Amino acid sequence: MTKTYIISALVEHKPGVLYKISNMFWRRGFNIESVAIGTAEQEDLARITITIEGEEKDAEQFVGHLEKLIDVLKATRLDPKKAVIRELALVKLKAKDAKLRSDIFHYVDVFRGRIVDVSPETATVEIVGSKDKIDAFISLTKSIGLIEVARTGETALIRGPESVRVDE
Amino acid sequence: MSGAKALVKALEREKVETIFGLPGGAIMPVYDALLDSNIRHVLVRHEQSAAHMADGYARASGKTGVCMATSGPGATNLVTGLVTGQLDSSPIVAITGQVSTPQIGLDAFQEADIISIASPATKYSHQPRSVEEIPYTVREAFFIASLGRPGPALIDLPKDVQVDSAEVKFSDKIRIRGIKPIPTPDNTQIGRVAEMLSEAEKPFILAGGGVIVANASNQLQNLAELLLAPVATSLMGKGVFPENHPLSMGIIGMHGSKEANQIIYDADVLLAIGFRFSDRTTGKLDEFCPEAKVIQIDIDSTEIGKNKCIDAAIVSDAATALNMLNKALKKKLKHKKKTSWSKKIKEIKEISENKIENSGKELTPPKILRELRRLIPEKSIVTTEVGQNQMWASLYFKALRPRTFITSGGFGCMGFGFPAAIGAKAARPDLPVFDIAGDGSFIMTENSLATSVLEKIPVTVVILNNRMLGMVAQWQRLFFNRRYSAVQLGNVPDFVKLAESYGAQGIRVGSIHEFSKAIKTSLKEEVTTVIDVPIDPEENVLPMVPVGYSLKEVIG
Repeated sequence: MTKTYIISALVEHKPGVLYKISNMFWRRGFNIESVAIGTAEQEDLARITITIEGEEKDAEQFVGHLEKLIDVLKATRLDPKKAVIRELALVKLKAKDAKLRSDIFHYVDVFRGRIVDVSPETATVEIVGSKDKIDAFISLTKSIGLIEVARTGETALIRGPESVRVDE
Repeated sequence: MSGAKALVKALEREKVETIFGLPGGAIMPVYDALLDSNIRHVLVRHEQSAAHMADGYARASGKTGVCMATSGPGATNLVTGLVTGQLDSSPIVAITGQVSTPQIGLDAFQEADIISIASPATKYSHQPRSVEEIPYTVREAFFIASLGRPGPALIDLPKDVQVDSAEVKFSDKIRIRGIKPIPTPDNTQIGRVAEMLSEAEKPFILAGGGVIVANASNQLQNLAELLLAPVATSLMGKGVFPENHPLSMGIIGMHGSKEANQIIYDADVLLAIGFRFSDRTTGKLDEFCPEAKVIQIDIDSTEIGKNKCIDAAIVSDAATALNMLNKALKKKLKHKKKTSWSKKIKEIKEISENKIENSGKELTPPKILRELRRLIPEKSIVTTEVGQNQMWASLYFKALRPRTFITSGGFGCMGFGFPAAIGAKAARPDLPVFDIAGDGSFIMTENSLATSVLEKIPVTVVILNNRMLGMVAQWQRLFFNRRYSAVQLGNVPDFVKLAESYGAQGIRVGSIHEFSKAIKTSLKEEVTTVIDVPIDPEENVLPMVPVGYSLKEVIG
């Protein structure tokens, strides 16, 4: 059965690493939905959160192939029930007239977003949440004039004291 | 110390004895530094051959092979050889020159982004940007190339870093955070597998290249004899179990023996060791032994269940796992009697061995290869090219020891056999080395004759010459209605004259008697020899399982 899997990996934070990792995705034919990457708790490490679509076996293979890369220190599949998962999106909308502006304010309120930039013609909304929530916001605003979307991809951490880390 | 000197010293510290390579502008400082070293440099005529030689060196000796090339085209020419080594898990370190750091990215003369190009084919690659980085980079490359499941590593050294000078420290210490320890199997796992094996009525062992890499052929033989289990190998595993052993079933798969491909379906428990269930060994996967319980031992966790669903797994080095299994089984199997299974194996083997070839032809590949086996010492190393020659060799040339049968299994790289033979001979000058070749493959790297002759690394090439791209022609005969498309190579070159033009010995034979004489001459004289054996271009490699069929559906 095809499902979405979230994999968290700690990798060396140095040039060329992302290339090698994405190279592996391509070579092994994995179906990647999103990749989010940033500096981790140690400055010389980066945490990558990868969402892939596939079967259980694909997810296992994916973790195995990640771990085989020398630059990957640790890779783990996260159980969505036991993890905090968030994505951030910036959404630029047309906001020329009063009616549009009032619709936007209304939607942003419902989705608990924030308006982070306004011009006479546009409004840019920041929205944080699950992938589904962001999908829903985008599909809703399509009808009122969606201009641009930038999404970070899902990023995640295990809930509670358990963690994916290496000791210094 | 200059970067070039630091590199050479670091290579000496890794106990490198031989480098196969070809110089060019961006690697000249290293070549200059090599003049002051005891490391032997073997000059090739094309960089692809340098990588294959390093590969052959590694497979024959178990040590890491080293090849070297300049930037740009020199580096990209190595890539075919690196992928070959990767797919067959061979430890190779490649060193390439690179344009000077200020020029990188500017499309400078002979610039290639070899790190990126080779990335999917290497376990490790690094471009040191300072002299100080060089010793550790070399240490890391050698460490990773031979670690766990071996494979190629690449060091790309910009020219200015070769020229620059700095104070350099050498150390053997490795500090890689991303190294994952190879698990030692626990007793529960071993116990469970031992239980499954001791209860099996009809156990069957599949041994792959991983058993050779782990140097575990003795342990494998002990296990097979304990269980009275027949052993079939993949092409990569050929030689790990003596093929003249009463329990040997030869190789299985597309061109495996008919008997092995049939009898495996009777097995109730399959034990696969260092064996990756590749498409060429299993045939149609859904129909590969659907009834049998499958146990898989592999050092690479991603191989477990990658292709075939399994019932029990041990992630481990083959030698460790086999030692533990043998110990556990010895207790359990003390009074095991010969079963009907071993009787059946014996019967089947007798049938296959007593088959008489009824072709009236004088020079057929089976006859040639059996004769070759008869004449050359057991410890001789044989490499193959790729295509019909390779499959004939795997079917009819019995390999008796590990690391004596060297072939491009995973990548199927034409042109591999001859340079690999030279590499093997460089590693083991004490052993006779033969390349079982086809004309099509040999032509791809025939210029290695210069290396073999001038560097005095004598090997013997036996060309099964059908003046065809024989395997493609065979498929066209069988699956494309005999419509030959682009497979006729014509009767050129004259391989005897070709050999002679390089200063090698060329012999053309027209009968088995002449063939024997030629082999005996080559064994005695130890000079580079090319034996041209014309064969019938219509000859097929049989038996054969067509792509997408189960192993039971054999042609021929």
